[in-house]
Amino acid sequence: MSAPHLALDPALVSRARALAARAAQPVVDLARSHTTVSVERATLRLAGLTGADPEGIPWVNRLADAVAEQVGIEHGIALPVFHALADHPDLTRLAHAAAAGGASFTLPTGPAADAARARASAAVATGFDRIDASRARRDQLVAEIGDPPQRPWIYLIVATGDIYEDIPQAQAAAKAGADVIAVIRSTGQSLLDYVPEGATREGFAGTYATGENFRLMRAALDETSREVGRYIRLTNYASGLCMPEIAALAGMHRLDMMLNDSMYGILFRDINPIRTFVDQRFSRQVHARAGIIINTGEDNYLTTADAVEAAHTVTVSQLLNERFAHEAGLPDALLGLGHAFEINPEVPESFRLELAHALLARTLFPDAPLKWMPPTKHMTGDVFRGNLLDGFFNLAGLMTGQSILLVGMMTEAVVTPWLSDRDIALQNVRYVLSACAGLAEDFHPPTGGFIANRANHVLGEAVDLLGRIVDDGLLNAIADGTFGIMKRPADGGRGLDGVARRADDYWNPATEILDLDTPRIDEEAAR
Amino acid sequence: MSRIVRPYGDTTGDGMVQMSFTLPVPHDKRAEGAALQLAAKMGLDGAMLVHAKPIGEDYTFFVVYGATTHLVNLDEVKVVERDYPHFSPKEVNDAVREKLGRKLTVVGACIGTDAHTVGIDAILNIKGVAGEKGLEYYRELRVVNLGAQVSVPDLVNRAVDEGADAVLVSQVVTQKDAHLHNTREMSAAFREALPPGRRPLLVVGGPRFDEGAAAELGVDRIFTRGTMPSDVASYLVHRLVFSRADS
Repeated sequence: MSAPHLALDPALVSRARALAARAAQPVVDLARSHTTVSVERATLRLAGLTGADPEGIPWVNRLADAVAEQVGIEHGIALPVFHALADHPDLTRLAHAAAAGGASFTLPTGPAADAARARASAAVATGFDRIDASRARRDQLVAEIGDPPQRPWIYLIVATGDIYEDIPQAQAAAKAGADVIAVIRSTGQSLLDYVPEGATREGFAGTYATGENFRLMRAALDETSREVGRYIRLTNYASGLCMPEIAALAGMHRLDMMLNDSMYGILFRDINPIRTFVDQRFSRQVHARAGIIINTGEDNYLTTADAVEAAHTVTVSQLLNERFAHEAGLPDALLGLGHAFEINPEVPESFRLELAHALLARTLFPDAPLKWMPPTKHMTGDVFRGNLLDGFFNLAGLMTGQSILLVGMMTEAVVTPWLSDRDIALQNVRYVLSACAGLAEDFHPPTGGFIANRANHVLGEAVDLLGRIVDDGLLNAIADGTFGIMKRPADGGRGLDGVARRADDYWNPATEILDLDTPRIDEEAAR
Repeated sequence: MSRIVRPYGDTTGDGMVQMSFTLPVPHDKRAEGAALQLAAKMGLDGAMLVHAKPIGEDYTFFVVYGATTHLVNLDEVKVVERDYPHFSPKEVNDAVREKLGRKLTVVGACIGTDAHTVGIDAILNIKGVAGEKGLEYYRELRVVNLGAQVSVPDLVNRAVDEGADAVLVSQVVTQKDAHLHNTREMSAAFREALPPGRRPLLVVGGPRFDEGAAAELGVDRIFTRGTMPSDVASYLVHRLVFSRADS
C-alpha cells in the first residue's frame, strides 16, 4: 500500500514524542507500583478458575474478596490462594469454601511460600499456554484462509443483547462484506465490578462480554471465515472496572481486537484514574502477548468537544496511547489508534479540515493500523444527508490511507441499525472503495498548502498541550479537566477501593511472566 | 384556504409518497408482488416498485413510490404539548448561569437493593445514551452520581451535604413493586428531613413507572422509558430556574 505523504516538521514530531514519554512516565511508575482487585482476579482466571455462584457472582470475585478481607491484596493474592489450595482439591472448591467463610488465608513464608509459588506459577502458565495457542491458531487461520484483500478493513457493529441473535447477524454482516465484527457491550457493563458468566440473552443496547459469549461468537465466525474466504476478526471491549479480566478472557478465547483506551474509563465513565492506569497496563501487556490489536477511543473527545478546536486533543491522546502501548510491549502493528470524522458539516472547508486531521494521524503513526470512525455528532434524522456524509467519511478514509474503517450508518441518530441500513452503508463503502481504489497514491497535498499547514498547526497545538501536561503532571491535568471537559481527581471515581500500593513482597505470577515479555524502553530520558 | 391536504410530489394534490422497507423473503417475482400488495394495503394507489434488491439470501429491500389515497384535515390534528419546554444543552447552561448565578447541583443514585445503574448512568454519565450526552456534559450542572445500592438515609445525607437542587433516583428492579416501595420511602425521608422550601426537587425514573403517579409517590416528577438526558435537564431548568425566577 502506498502511503500518502504529508510534510510534517520533523523537529515538532520528535518533540511531541519526547513530551508524551515524559508525560506518561509518572503514570507508568504508578501502574508498576500498584495492583487492583481486577488484576488479581485476572490472575485467577489465567489459573483456570471459572464459573459463578447461584447469584451470578463469579468465583474469582468470591475468592479474591475473601483473600482481600483476610490478608489484603497488596502482597498479591496468588501466594495466599495457592497456599490455602494445599488443603483443597482445586481452585473452584477453594472458592466455594471461601464464599462460605470456611477457608482461611495467610501469607506463607519459607518452604510453604516456595511450594505455593510453584503451584501458582504452574497454574497461571496454563492460562498463558491457552493465550499462546490462540495466537498461533489465529496466525494459522490467517495463513490458510487469508486476510481481507483490501485496506481499510471494514468494521461493523452488531448489538442485539442476545448472543444467539448476534451470531446470525454477525455471520450475515461478514457475508455482506464486513471484515471485522464488533459486539457492543450492554450499557453499564463497564461499571460492573465482575464479569458476568456464561451465554447471555438479555442486555441493554448491547450484549454482555463473557468468556462463553466470546467462545460462541469466535467459533461461529471461524465457520463464516472459511465460507467467505477471509479471516473475519472479532472485536470486544477491554474497558471499565474489569479490563484486565476481560483482556485475559479475550486472549484465551482468541478475540482479535479489543477496544482499550488509556483514559476513556476515567473521563467518560468516572472510573478512578489510578485504577484505570493500573488495569490498563496489565490489559495491554496481555493484549501484546495475545497478538490482539487494541483500538483506542479518541473519537469520544470529538463527540463532547468541537472537532476543530479540540483536534489537537486527539493527537495528544494518540501520542499518550502510543507511549503507554509501547511501554506495555505492544508493537506498532497492534496499535489501532482512533480518530473520527466529526467536524460540523456546516463549517466551510470541513472536508479539507477532515483530510488534514486524518492525514496528520496517518503520517505521525505510519505503521499503526489506524481506526477511522464515522460521523455521529452531526448525524440527524435526515437519513439522506447522513448517507452523503458517510460517503465523504469513506472517501476521506480511503484518500488518507486509514487501516480500519468503522462503517457509518445513515440512521445513526435514529434507530439501532436495521438490516437494510447495514446493507446501504456497506454499499456506500464498497462504491467508494472501488471507485477510488488507489487514490491515496495520487493524493499529495503540497507543502505550504491548506492541508499541510493545518496538520502542522494541529501538531503544534498538541505539542503545546503536551508541554502543559508535563509541567502539570498527567494526573493533575486529568483532575483539572484538560481532556474533554471532565474533572477527574486521582482520589475520586469508581473502583478506588479496589486499588492497593504493592507491598515490597508483592508477587503475582502473571505480572512476572508479562514483565519478562515487556521490553524496557528508553525510560531514563523520560524521567 | 382548504384545510384538507395530501402529500406533494411535484403537483398540488398528487399525494405522492416514497417509502422503503424490507420483507423477509428471497428476491423474486412473488416478493415484488408482495411489496406492491403491502403498498396497496397501506393506501398507495398505483404504486410503482422502483427498486428491489436482495439482502443476503432471505431478505429483499424495496423502494416504492405511489399516490396515497388518504387525506389529512389540519383542523383535526391534535398536538399533545409536554408541560415543560425542551432546551438544548447550551440553553440549559445559559439559563443556569444567567438566572441562577451558580451551578445547579444534581445528586443521582439507585436506591434499595437495585444494582442496575444503567438508567441513572445513561442520564448522568457524559457518555449518555443513543448519541446524546448525559448531564455531566452540561457545564453548569454539578453532578454527584452515588451509583448503586445507596440506602435512603445515605442519599438524604449526601443530598443535604452537597446542597442538592435536585435528586434523581433510578429504579429498574420491580419485583414485588420494589420500585414503588423504595420511591415512597425516599420521598417520605426527604419530607421528614427537610422543610418544604429546602427540599430538593425529587425525580424518579425507570421503565415500569406510571408517569401519572408522581403525587401518589410523593415525588415531583416521574420519567419512564425513552427519556433522554436533555428531557431531564430541560425539566430541571424549567422547575428550578424559570419557575422560581418568575415566582
